[in-house]
Amino acid sequence: MALSRTAHIVTAYGEELDQLADDLARMGGLVETQLEKAIAAVVRRDASIKPDIKAREAQVNALQVDIEKRVLRLFALRQPLATDLRMTISALKIASDLERVGDLAKNIAYRAGDLAGYAPLPLTQQVERLGAIVIKQLREVLDAQSSADIEPAVRVWHSDDEVDERYNTLVREMLLAMTEDSGLVGPGVHILFVAKNLERIGDHATNIAEAVHFMVTASPLVDDGHS
Amino acid sequence: MTDASHNPAELPIKVAARDVTVSYSGKQALHNVSIDIPDRSVTAFIGPSGCGKSTFLRCLNRMNDTIEGAKVGGSLTIDGREINDKSIDPVVLRASVGMVFQKPNPFPKSIYDNVAYGPRIHGLALSRPELDEIVENALRKAGLWDEVSDRLAHPGTSLSGGQQQRLVIARAIAVNPEVILMDEPCSALDPIATARIEELIDELRENYCIIIVTHSMQQAARVSQQTAFFHMGNLVEYGPTEDIFTNPRDSRTQDYITGRFG
Repeated sequence: MALSRTAHIVTAYGEELDQLADDLARMGGLVETQLEKAIAAVVRRDASIKPDIKAREAQVNALQVDIEKRVLRLFALRQPLATDLRMTISALKIASDLERVGDLAKNIAYRAGDLAGYAPLPLTQQVERLGAIVIKQLREVLDAQSSADIEPAVRVWHSDDEVDERYNTLVREMLLAMTEDSGLVGPGVHILFVAKNLERIGDHATNIAEAVHFMVTASPLVDDGHS
Repeated sequence: MTDASHNPAELPIKVAARDVTVSYSGKQALHNVSIDIPDRSVTAFIGPSGCGKSTFLRCLNRMNDTIEGAKVGGSLTIDGREINDKSIDPVVLRASVGMVFQKPNPFPKSIYDNVAYGPRIHGLALSRPELDEIVENALRKAGLWDEVSDRLAHPGTSLSGGQQQRLVIARAIAVNPEVILMDEPCSALDPIATARIEELIDELRENYCIIIVTHSMQQAARVSQQTAFFHMGNLVEYGPTEDIFTNPRDSRTQDYITGRFG
């Protein structure tokens, strides 16, 4: 059954659950922005973004600590049950995935700085495209979380295959380009790391999709055979 | 979902109710309750005050017989025997269906005589040594023997609340019951005494069918294998305790256990 929208009898308890949801939404928003900026910086080969990304990462980490504290407090003082229990557990899992995504976005931004000295690179468009897909996945799955809607979560879960395919193609093409032009090996490695980080972010979006599915339905998201 | 008569634990069914209704002076308190309660496990009844859970519990040892104007309908069997049948003596029935109440209610007698009372009136012991053995066994099963073995002649009321509750459980056990009903057995006890009773319930379920009414959902979650949720005289939902507390199917169950307005 769907999550209850009915208010708790104990108002403070309901407020604590709301605050947890708010924290999670804020953390998701921050990570999304971080990733967008990091990918844009890679495309521009722009080193200037580093301090900004670093500051945001500190915010993301602080929010994760905050969410963990809230969850601990809810368990100790409120003993959440049923949908409240599932929402609380999911928040904990999602926050840890988001923290990892923030970390990977930071790595991507740092690679953008490493690319700053190089001429425009081939396959940048493909990286941008992969980044756009991963951002979309992350956004959809976070929206699915806040609206407790499993349909987009399941879609994101299935679309991870597309991310993997694009990533594999990009690696293959980059290796080919590097074989043809050894001058591409230096910047090409940075691009490969960016792509790898994006692929990992896709995996975290998948984890979040699974957490949303469990939160709403109380059952794990498993392959139904027609992905 | 009053036909929630599935058997979540896959254990042999001890108590089976079909369309049980209860009314007090024409006012219906319980609507068509059907449920299968397995043996050798703990089943918790939860629900708000006045939901019918205690009313239903009282049907199981025919305590509603003693209430004027009470009318019980439907079928209620223990091991397949209809307990509302005219041939069933309620006094005999209550030996096999023991009851533990909210407030410990030892008789104003010695600890020994509290436990020996049932076996004596039911003629279960032929000699004093035999009776001694029954009393010791019951007190051991109730986890009270070590605390009282040296003062069996003291009055039952001299014990602490938690000890009194275990004494009452020993008294119920002494007559070899098959089903033990508990109506909020820990609501007058402190957390340590409550934990002892819960530990005892967990041990007793190896040998008995235990049904407990509790207002503490945490207690229901801790001690029971099946949970039944009652609301406004209806059995709303019945299933494995873990499912009821992690994924209730009915929105009324959901709202009740999460502490929301229904």
